[in-house]
Amino acid sequence: MAKITFITQDNDTITAEATTGTVMELAVDNGVQGIDGDCGGVCSCATCHVHVRPEDFEKTGGPNDIEKDMLELDDEVSEYSRLTCQLDVSEALDGIILKVAH
Amino acid sequence: MAYSSEQEAVCVIVGASHGGVNSAFALRKEGWTGRIILVDKDDALPYHRPPLSKAFLTSDDGINSILLKPESAYHNNNIELMLGVTVASIDRGRKTLLLDNGETLAYSKLILAVGASPIIPPIQGIDTTAAVLPLRTATDVHHIKAAVAPPQGKRAVVIGGGYIGLEAAASLTQMGVSVTVIEREDRVLARVTSPELSTFFEQLHRDNNVTIQTQKNVVSLGEVDGSPCVMCEDGEEYQADVVIIGVGIVVNIELAEEAGLDIENGIAVDAHARTSDPDIYAIGDCTFHHNPRYDRKVRLESVQNAIDQGKIAAAAIAGKPRNYDSIPWFWSDQYDVKLQIVGLSAGYDNIVTRTEGESSPPRLSVWYFRGEQLLSVDAVNQPKAYVIGTKLIKEGRPVNKETLANPSEELSLSNLAV
Repeated sequence: MAKITFITQDNDTITAEATTGTVMELAVDNGVQGIDGDCGGVCSCATCHVHVRPEDFEKTGGPNDIEKDMLELDDEVSEYSRLTCQLDVSEALDGIILKVAH
Repeated sequence: MAYSSEQEAVCVIVGASHGGVNSAFALRKEGWTGRIILVDKDDALPYHRPPLSKAFLTSDDGINSILLKPESAYHNNNIELMLGVTVASIDRGRKTLLLDNGETLAYSKLILAVGASPIIPPIQGIDTTAAVLPLRTATDVHHIKAAVAPPQGKRAVVIGGGYIGLEAAASLTQMGVSVTVIEREDRVLARVTSPELSTFFEQLHRDNNVTIQTQKNVVSLGEVDGSPCVMCEDGEEYQADVVIIGVGIVVNIELAEEAGLDIENGIAVDAHARTSDPDIYAIGDCTFHHNPRYDRKVRLESVQNAIDQGKIAAAAIAGKPRNYDSIPWFWSDQYDVKLQIVGLSAGYDNIVTRTEGESSPPRLSVWYFRGEQLLSVDAVNQPKAYVIGTKLIKEGRPVNKETLANPSEELSLSNLAV
């Protein structure tokens, strides 16, 4: 079980928990504005972009190769960017805070 | 009788796939306060379609794993779902829809997100042979899965070597099914891509033990020993446990046509996704629209277009019109190969093909130009090419083709832009 907090562009804070699936699915299931997941989670659309709170970046790790390239599509990319469809929910992510990029 | 009172604004959306669902949520986001009613003949909660030929086919995760939104999201956004209901006709004078259950539904604004249907070609026996299926809905996939369920050794024939057919072939072969693809043209993906990419995908499938037969015409379907058999013009016959029809789609224009809306190569819409009736919009696969980036009218079969037109229609209905101005993009996943496409290649007169060293799976990209203008990029396992191609097309920047063609030159925006 992991509790994950999303902060939207409107500064809404949504904390949700799950044991399986991806962080993108968790966000969509909980109506987090700005996480669209248009491609269904196959790293093709870059519409599930978040900035990981720097102190949590060790828990999430950095983006994979495909993800890293896809993030470059987005002008808002930062060194703490991740596409949440590429982040599997696990205990290791418990307590992290993600700022939605759009 | 009508569902709604005379006073309240109602936006009815016909079709609850990518376009319809996204437009519903976009309407709320844009501040529409009236009712939103999503109608679809499919009685399942709206789901992602691209996985149908991929992960949904190969896994047993079920439909809940591919829902566009959870049921609670519709409730929380006050979006009413009317599923398992078919719209029979539109009365534009009264602004009502006649439903197949005999009821009528009043609208103030209407969005047609009616999509398309698989073409069932006029082949003898196609209607009467069991286990001959298109692949467009979750129900289709359930039938396909049932036909190839263990024991092992099941056979599939895919008629049509387009994206759906090839994705189905890749998925089925990964499930242990022996697959033959029969294509009428001289190469797969003939309608949608260059000969270079067709060759790549044919080889990919052959390497994965899929039989690809091109320039082959199917003349009839029949049953031999209780399973379907595909007969070809050259006398060859292919026995199978399931036959998948993947020869393209036809736009669902009937509702719009009978209502007298302008039809071209689809439902004609303007830059706001509005039809020839100012209170009726149309979005997604069913529309024929102008793409300003390419300055021509197109009909697109894509998630991107469904979503973007859905947002455009919602903005217009909410009184904040914006013009459609998207660069089309597409993707296809087959085996461990990720194909990403940006732009429209039609009208290209020269290409640059770039292969990144010796890697497995291979990474390559095909860049389509008209003269010096970059039109489109097909990127195979090479998202960097897709991303850089998108930026170059967006900015309309000229490209140094010599650098591009040389794989020892780094693939970067600064390196490629002239």
